[in-house]
Amino acid sequence: MLRVEALGDWRIAALSAVDGELRALAGRKIEAERAVIDFSGITRFDTSSAAVLDRTARLLEEKGLRVEFEGASDAQRRLLDKVDACDTPDRPKSPPVPFYIEIVDRIGATMRDMGEEARGMLGFVGAVVSAIGRTVANPRRFRFVPFVHHMEKSGFDALPLVCLLTFLIGAVVAQQGAVQLRQFGAEVFTVNLIAIIFLREVGLLLTAIIVAGRSGSAFTAEIGSMKMREEIDAMRALGLDPMDMLVIPRVMALTVTLPLLTFIADLMGLLGGGVVVFFMLDMSPGVYLTRVQEAVDFWTVAVGLIKAPFMAAVIALVGCRAGLSVTGSAESVGAMTTRSVVRSIFLVIILDALFAMFFTAVGI
Amino acid sequence: MSMAGKSEPIIEVEGLMTAFGDHVIHENLDLTVNRGEVIGIVGGSGTGKSVLLRTILGLKQPDAGRIRVFGIDLAELPEEERRLHERRWGVLFQDGALFSALTVAENIQVPYREHLHLSPELMDELAAIKIAMVGLRPTAGALYPSELSGGMRKRAGLARALALDPEILFLDEPTAGLDPIGAAAFDDLINELKEALGLTVFLVTHDLDTLHATCDRIAVLAEKHVILVGTIDDMLRSDHPWIHEYFHGPRARAALAGK
Repeated sequence: MLRVEALGDWRIAALSAVDGELRALAGRKIEAERAVIDFSGITRFDTSSAAVLDRTARLLEEKGLRVEFEGASDAQRRLLDKVDACDTPDRPKSPPVPFYIEIVDRIGATMRDMGEEARGMLGFVGAVVSAIGRTVANPRRFRFVPFVHHMEKSGFDALPLVCLLTFLIGAVVAQQGAVQLRQFGAEVFTVNLIAIIFLREVGLLLTAIIVAGRSGSAFTAEIGSMKMREEIDAMRALGLDPMDMLVIPRVMALTVTLPLLTFIADLMGLLGGGVVVFFMLDMSPGVYLTRVQEAVDFWTVAVGLIKAPFMAAVIALVGCRAGLSVTGSAESVGAMTTRSVVRSIFLVIILDALFAMFFTAVGI
Repeated sequence: MSMAGKSEPIIEVEGLMTAFGDHVIHENLDLTVNRGEVIGIVGGSGTGKSVLLRTILGLKQPDAGRIRVFGIDLAELPEEERRLHERRWGVLFQDGALFSALTVAENIQVPYREHLHLSPELMDELAAIKIAMVGLRPTAGALYPSELSGGMRKRAGLARALALDPEILFLDEPTAGLDPIGAAAFDDLINELKEALGLTVFLVTHDLDTLHATCDRIAVLAEKHVILVGTIDDMLRSDHPWIHEYFHGPRARAALAGK
């Protein structure tokens, strides 16, 4: 006869010590017909220990032993019965997938997700364009208040940050350029360097990246939490179009404000460069401005500003779409916000490269 | 478990006052809950039933008065020791309050992982038993909270509350939003668990059927304090206008007839 005596405090905190032993016991070869589990020494008992003892009894029974619980109180028996009724047969676990299959599987899944995402984005762009079309046909649909609100939040409020960063980058570019160009005695061309690089590329790119980080993420988080709390569904149920209410004002606001921000960023970059040039090259502000004017023609400025609304639209569309794709959990809001920022910065740079190719092709 | 005449208080609230700014919720509130009983807290909307529950749990600071749970004033204990006692109760919040980034089984295992050192197999086994105990299908363990219906979320929340075999179970409107069959099943579940585990249950509810089906005693919150504590018969005999209205209204008669 096998006798198991349980003693003392059998609550969950103490279980890890005995669980291994009981498993080992049930796994051993046992030469007996009868097993007794003695409860009389137990001072404290709970569901978890009932589960462990019940499992031990079951494993012993599977080996052909008769198992008896000795000295169990009524409360303990009730718990054992309850746990026994809850016991679910172990489901067979699927065998682990080899790592090389898993790698291929992940790559495949990622590719498929990217394809689906691209299709989804295309559909979303179509939906936004048709919603804009409806708004143009019926201007009363346009939500003026949220439009202005988002212009303030993503445009005006971004001014200090944009100004400071572009001023500093302008100064750094001028300083580095002056040091290099001095080697050829061509330091006066520092002005051309700053003017061209800022007006064509850097002013816009910097602003777009700052706005993607500031406003693109905010769009996703705002719309995402509304989606999570069923506010979007509530809008639809009230006969309101989330496109009109949420997406169009944001897209339009950003499309209007990003060119304006870019223009200010250009000025601040030139100012930063001018300050450095003033101190390093002793060039007076008047001379600096004249040289800037000589270096730059209409198209240098235009090339920078033409790109701005397109990038704004990309940032706003990516942000809004990521927000609308949020599913139930709080984690998904975070994941979508990250994704929206990463994706919009990526697309902004791709778009910039495409524009560069285009402008080269048309000879500007 | 409590026998008649030999009752040991497990929650004692004395002279409690709570307020949000100038808005006083409770004033001079006294309440004693005995070990092993199911006490139902009723009261109109906005009388501070949930606030009382949150104050007992220490989630809201009382502005005056004393609260003792397990005979100890938890507010006076240092953080570490309080944590130890907080493991002795389980709470089911209104919508389950499951962690949305974790599956049901992982939600149940959170207290195991944080407070105990158990082997992964044992944790899986215990989680499976809790899931079965609250009447969920075994497959529910792998689901995320967003994939569950409201009723399943409540059951999963209950499973998490029961993870460490608490001595007191706090339930905040457990049957709200459930269909009558689901609600009745939940009532049975509470009775069954109380029987098997010897739980003390602190139940905030609006549901008259639940009051009839599960509660040993009922405490009525009104006029900023507990105006009456007693059995359902005491409630039916009371001539306080609100209590009379509550327990003799059309819905109450239906619940009574159903008994």
